[in-house]
Amino acid sequence: MAGLKHIFENATVTRINPRFRHEMADAEKLLLCFQCGTCTAGCPVSRFSSFYNPRKIARMVQLGLKDRLLSDAALWLCTTCYTCIDNCPQGVEVANIVRSLRNLSVKERRVMPLISKKLALNILRSGYAYIIPESRIRRRITQGLPHLPRSNLKQIAKLFEVTDFLGVIENVETFEKVEVKE
Amino acid sequence: MKNSNPEYLIFLGCTIPYRLTSYEVSARKVLKTLGVKLVEMPDFNCCGYPIDLVNHELASALATRNLCLAEEKEMNILTLCNGCFGFLNKVNKMLKEDEGFRKKINKDLNEIGMEYKGKVEVKHLIHVLTEDVGFEKIRQNVKKSLSMIRVAQHTGCHLLRPSKYTLRDGLDGHTLLKELIELTGAECLDYVDEGECCGNPIIGVNEDIPFQMAREKLEHVKKVNAQALITVCPFCHIMYDLNQPLIERRFNERFRIPVLHYPQLLGLAMGFTPEELAINDLRVKPIELLNSIYNAE
Repeated sequence: MAGLKHIFENATVTRINPRFRHEMADAEKLLLCFQCGTCTAGCPVSRFSSFYNPRKIARMVQLGLKDRLLSDAALWLCTTCYTCIDNCPQGVEVANIVRSLRNLSVKERRVMPLISKKLALNILRSGYAYIIPESRIRRRITQGLPHLPRSNLKQIAKLFEVTDFLGVIENVETFEKVEVKE
Repeated sequence: MKNSNPEYLIFLGCTIPYRLTSYEVSARKVLKTLGVKLVEMPDFNCCGYPIDLVNHELASALATRNLCLAEEKEMNILTLCNGCFGFLNKVNKMLKEDEGFRKKINKDLNEIGMEYKGKVEVKHLIHVLTEDVGFEKIRQNVKKSLSMIRVAQHTGCHLLRPSKYTLRDGLDGHTLLKELIELTGAECLDYVDEGECCGNPIIGVNEDIPFQMAREKLEHVKKVNAQALITVCPFCHIMYDLNQPLIERRFNERFRIPVLHYPQLLGLAMGFTPEELAINDLRVKPIELLNSIYNAE
């Protein structure tokens, strides 16, 4: 009996949210997933690390394990190669589900990779995902390349504002690396 | 019928002007000779792809702003980057097909005085070369056949998948780059897992996995004795060229496989000098490759 007591004391109850899948892109299609695992079998990331497993992610969404999914660091390992989308025999767009989960995690938990915050701030400041140094802009002349246009920063800031991302980016926690746990 | 006077708005994106002007220099040279007129895109912004993982709506709005700029100019877009093509093309098709999505994004765009109407198309360099210029015209412009070299190609994910958005006239893109390479006279070798991802998009959060992916690709390319790997995407190029010395050090392996942008290879066949094509900008210097080309007689 001591063993049982130990098990119960260490058990954690995960809250299930049955309506969770409706927050995903193409929620209806997700019901068609019968867990064949073709997505994971063809996934180049899964091949090198079992920490990232799209089949498991799809199942967890079906079960409504929202809290566990949104705090799962493995979400950030999808390279968007879209092999899973083209391979799925049921037409489930697995990579888009992962994208929805990432978006939701940013929105509800206010956490994102540091690199994403940097790229977003660069776009806000310059229109480009990188701040292109003056020296490189000048080098274009010697390379015979046309002048690099400046973007309309007012319009870009407005798009950040109307999509509610300006507030997020100013007040978001970041993490640098995803530690892979096998 | 091929379009005899193709004209495109060139969408440079961010990575090419930031790190890989060699791609831009060589692409502009060959396109000019092949009669493709490029018009500079005024005040464009990032295609939106890097934002998609954190905010799909903003990313789509950023992409749509670029599409609206092209609509104002009444011109189609040509991209050099797979990421830019993949995202602008996908958002363009989603906006055309999904009325709810179009309404939502147009509501955002109305705030900056723009409205998406669905009048333009987005093409990647390899589509313009195959569909507008045509193989015949490219063949006519090859002055120096590269039949003495053997290379391999890496097309890159966002030209291939999701096929729902990348299929053109029912044809998938897996053989396009191969056919374009063979127009130069060079042999294009097959190897294992040609369509596999370079891994670059996650390098900002994890280096281990992308480096293992790139190492495997370079091993496959080396196994078939390719003298160079040919790419058409700045991200794939960075992974295989700029990062190749890091991968060699990390795994204690030696590859020394030069990675050329396709327009550099085509440019050599069209008679441009390596200097004119910014080949010296490459991290892995293609010394032996150039020796085979110029000392073949």
